[in-house]
Parts: sequence; C-alpha cells; structure tokens
Amino acid sequence: MGKTIAEKILSRKSGQDAYTNDLVVATLDFRMGQDGTSPLAIRAFEEMGGQQVSNPEQAALVIDHSAPSPIEGVSALHHLMRAFAKEQQMICYDIGEGVCHQLMPEKGHVGPGDLVIGADSHTCTYGALNAFATGVGSTDLAAGLISGQMWFKVPESIKFVCNGLLPAGVYSKDLILFLIGQVTADGATYMAAEYTGEAIDALSVDARFTIANMAIEMGAKAGLMEADDKVWAWVREHRALSGDRSFEAVSPDRDAVYARVLEYDAGKLEPQVAKPHRVDNVSPIGEVAGTPIQQAVLGTCTNGRIEDLRIAAGILRGRRVHPEVRLIVAPASRRILLEAMDEGIIQDLVKAGAALVTPGCGPCVGTHNGIPADGENVISTANRNFKGRMANNKAFIYLASPATVAASALTGAITDPREYVK
Amino acid sequence: MKLQGKAHCFGADVNTDYIISGKYKFKTLDMKELACHVMEDLDPDFATRVQPGDLVIAGRNFGCGSSREQAPLALLNAGVGAVLAPSFARIFYRNAINTGLPVVECDTSGISAGDELLVDLENGVLRNLTRKAETPIKPLPAFMLKVLGDGGLAAHFRKYGTFNID
Ligand code: SF4
Repeated sequence: MGKTIAEKILSRKSGQDAYTNDLVVATLDFRMGQDGTSPLAIRAFEEMGGQQVSNPEQAALVIDHSAPSPIEGVSALHHLMRAFAKEQQMICYDIGEGVCHQLMPEKGHVGPGDLVIGADSHTCTYGALNAFATGVGSTDLAAGLISGQMWFKVPESIKFVCNGLLPAGVYSKDLILFLIGQVTADGATYMAAEYTGEAIDALSVDARFTIANMAIEMGAKAGLMEADDKVWAWVREHRALSGDRSFEAVSPDRDAVYARVLEYDAGKLEPQVAKPHRVDNVSPIGEVAGTPIQQAVLGTCTNGRIEDLRIAAGILRGRRVHPEVRLIVAPASRRILLEAMDEGIIQDLVKAGAALVTPGCGPCVGTHNGIPADGENVISTANRNFKGRMANNKAFIYLASPATVAASALTGAITDPREYVK
Repeated sequence: MKLQGKAHCFGADVNTDYIISGKYKFKTLDMKELACHVMEDLDPDFATRVQPGDLVIAGRNFGCGSSREQAPLALLNAGVGAVLAPSFARIFYRNAINTGLPVVECDTSGISAGDELLVDLENGVLRNLTRKAETPIKPLPAFMLKVLGDGGLAAHFRKYGTFNID
C-alpha cells in the first residue's frame, strides 16, 4: 500500500513499516524549545532524572518570545535557559537572533526528510522543507532531549491540491487563510496536511513557509510539501550549521491513502482577512475593507521574512503611514534584518513611519512590543487573532498578508492591496 | 481510575490563550500563580469558583492553539479533575496526559453547569448523577493510560528511563 509523506518519514525514522494510526517511537533529527516553553522543559528534564541532553548539537533553545526581557520574572527564566544550554553544551540563540521558526531552517538545522519536534505549536513551519516537524509541550521536549526519541501516533493525511496561479496582489498568506476558512480550525485535527499543486510549486520557499506555518491553525500535526529544486537551492544556501549532514527527501506515493483530498483554484483567489477572534473566521477583503485600524504589525514567524518586508516596502516606499496608525515591524531574524538593511528596505519602512523592534516574535503574543488599548483594531501578519492574544482581551485582531497590512497602514483602514500592487 | 466532580461548562474551540493567557505564562514557573488566572478571558470568576475535583466540560477542539504546557498545568493547579470534550487539539491532549490531567473524549451536549458527574476511565463510561444519564467515553490508547497511571510522562520516564509503549 502506498504511503503519504508523514507515513514515509515516520517509517524511516522508527525503522517500522508504519501506517496511519500506528504508534511508533522514532529518532529525532532536531529538538527546539523557546523561552515560553523551555523553562518548564528544564524542570521536567530534572524531574525525569535527566543528566545529559543526547546529541546536544542537535538541539537548540531560542530566546525570542519576550526578547529582550521586559520584566524581572522573564529575566530569571532567560537566565535559567542560558545556564542550562551552557551546561549541556547546547546551542542557545539569544535575544536579537530571531524567531525560532525562522532560525531552525535558516541556520541549517532542518532539511528535507527530517523528523523534528519543537516546544512551540508553529514548529510545523519546516514542513515547507519536506520535514515532518511538529509542536509538542515542555514535558515531551524534555523526554526528547534525554532520549533523542519521541513517540508518535502516525497521523492520517489531508491533501490540499491548489491549482492555478495566485493573481497579482494575492499571496500565500491569503491562500492559507482561505484554506483554513474552508476546513475550519479543527478541520485537520490529528492529521498531517499535505499541500501540492501548481500554485504551491510557483511559490518561493519563503512564501511556502507561511502556508506550512499555519497548518496548526486547522489543527494539523504537520504541514508538508515536497522538496523541489527551489527547496534544495534554499537548503544549500542556508546550510551553515548542518555541515555535511545529508538530507533525504520523501514524496508521497501515487496510491497513498488520504482522509480527504480537497482541490481549489488559486487563480480566482482574492486577498483574505481573518476577523476577530478566530483564525477560521475568514472573508474576502471586500467584506471588511474600510474598517479603521490603529495598529499594524509586520513580522512574526508567519510573515517576517525578507520577501514579506520587500512586499511591504514596495507599497510604503516614498509614502507615509496614516497619522493615527502605529506600524510595528519585527524582522524574523538578524540575517533578514541585515539583508533588509542592505537592500534599503529598513530605511524605506522607517522613513514611512514604522517603529522597528528586535528580530523575534515582536508583539505577536502579548508579552511586549506593542500591546493594543481597549477597543483598538490591529491588522497583523501573524497567525493568531484569539481574544486576548496580544495581551488585551478588549482589542480586535485582523490577520492578513504583508501587502494588506502595508496598504491598511497607509490609509488607516483595512485596504485592498491590489490598488497598490500593479 | 474514577473521577467525580461538578461540571463547569464552556463552548467549542477553547484555545490555550483562553486557558492561560500568554501575558501571564511567560513570567513565572509558579503554577499556583498561573492557576489564579485560568480561563480568565472567558469566565473571570472561574478560578475562584472551581473546587478541587471539579470537571471542565467543553465543546469541540478544546485546547487548540499554542503548545504551552502551562495550559493543562494551570487547570490541574486550579484543582480541575479532568476535562471532558467531544474532541481535543492534539498538542493539548498530549500535554494533558504528560502532566497527569485526564482528558476524556465524549459527547458533552447533555451536561449542564452544576451537574454532578462520575467518570469511569477503565470502564469507558460517564455517569451524570444529577440527570441519571450514562454516556460512553472514547477509551484512551493503552500507552496514554499507562502514562496517566504513572502520574505523567516525567514519572513514566523516571520509572522506565524511556518510552515504554509495549
Ligand atoms: S512569532 Fe508569534 S506565533 Fe510565531 S513563534 Fe513567536 S509568538 Fe509564536
């Protein structure tokens, strides 16, 4: 019987001929924790009687969620992480290095065919590189650090076939928001999502990360794509730390069994917006255009990459952000910040009125860097708009593409970016 | 394993930001402190009302969103005995078992706030003592029941030094 990408990777890494619903213990290629989850993992590590992190070069801690630390309590937790990483000779990416989900692929820790866990739900991002990568909690991370292994129930898969090509002014963010709206927030729970089709093939790797990143917003365990030439070129360009490790991509078999196969025509898609307070509360931009906004956020692990900054700068260059809007920009990593500086993008954004914050999660999760006031509307390139997500349960968060966020920042109201992208 | 307690009812898609907001969870490892804010954005009085052993009853997709283990830990530390819902988000589900919080998949539509419930995990049945009704519950996979029986994954690892899935 044919296998899906998920079944193939979990079979190979467990040494078992595994299919959907089998329980396997598999060997991990990389393990990651961030500053919201690692302190509890360190505590669990100790409770488990852990002495040593197995293969510490295949594990990293990232200080990105509240970085730099806004308060004493967080400083103590960061301190704990640094001390643990040092003692265990693990990699620790400190403040300013970037968001964990940008760093894992960018630093070459993850590649095609890999099996990765991260103590962060958006670990599914690396599926764009053909890695089975999934979010776990702190205790699972601790067990993975000690044993180098993890148990998995092999998920069934749901396949999204995206035909056609996205029109101008419509981006991968619009596509994934649309798909989530279609299947809803639990439409892929316990499943692996596979994304394929002409529309996916045409996307850059940066744009594909946005789609894989949001697989969790439909409940999926992983968001997987095949490795094509673009992926291999990307991996070669970013293999600083992967050294000589060889990656082995997997493709799904033609007779693989899927729980569902859904086909869409991306050629007809319009810009999409997820409205408060649910990611699956999605509508075409026309329905919300004109809604006033007070804060705009460009960044996060969903859309803080160089291509995203370029798209936004293309709209904002030579213009001014609306006087009643605060535009906050958080590049996803130091490398991206430097590239954006080299290209003059940062100058364009700052001249247009943007406030630049440290590469990292920025204001995404309400720990610092731009908490909205009561009753305010925020338009953001992030992946979640839950009530209270940005630390104020009386604010309203709209999710959209970098182009929509940039256009809306200019006008002070939710705006169709196609007017600016010719 | 048998659990008995009073029902506290919530809707569908209760995400981990609602269970414990990001603005609190990053600040501390003190779960008692986090427990004071559990479910705050949905029901500001929940943390003060909940009694040890009480049961959280919810709709579909409980625990969707982030991987924060502070979510099951805050519920546990607030005294919640178990969460009952027709379906759970998978990371929350794992985290709950790993930290020793029983999660029960079953039809929760007939349960009202204040109902006295008895959950019998081994025999796979939920008894609504107030309404004299019985509902089957979806059995936990054997490995998860073992982890729960050990008191969570940390205790399981202390016992076996690895994943004992057989
Ligand atoms: S940017 Fe937001 S979604 Fe991404 S890892 Fe950080 S807090 Fe999570």
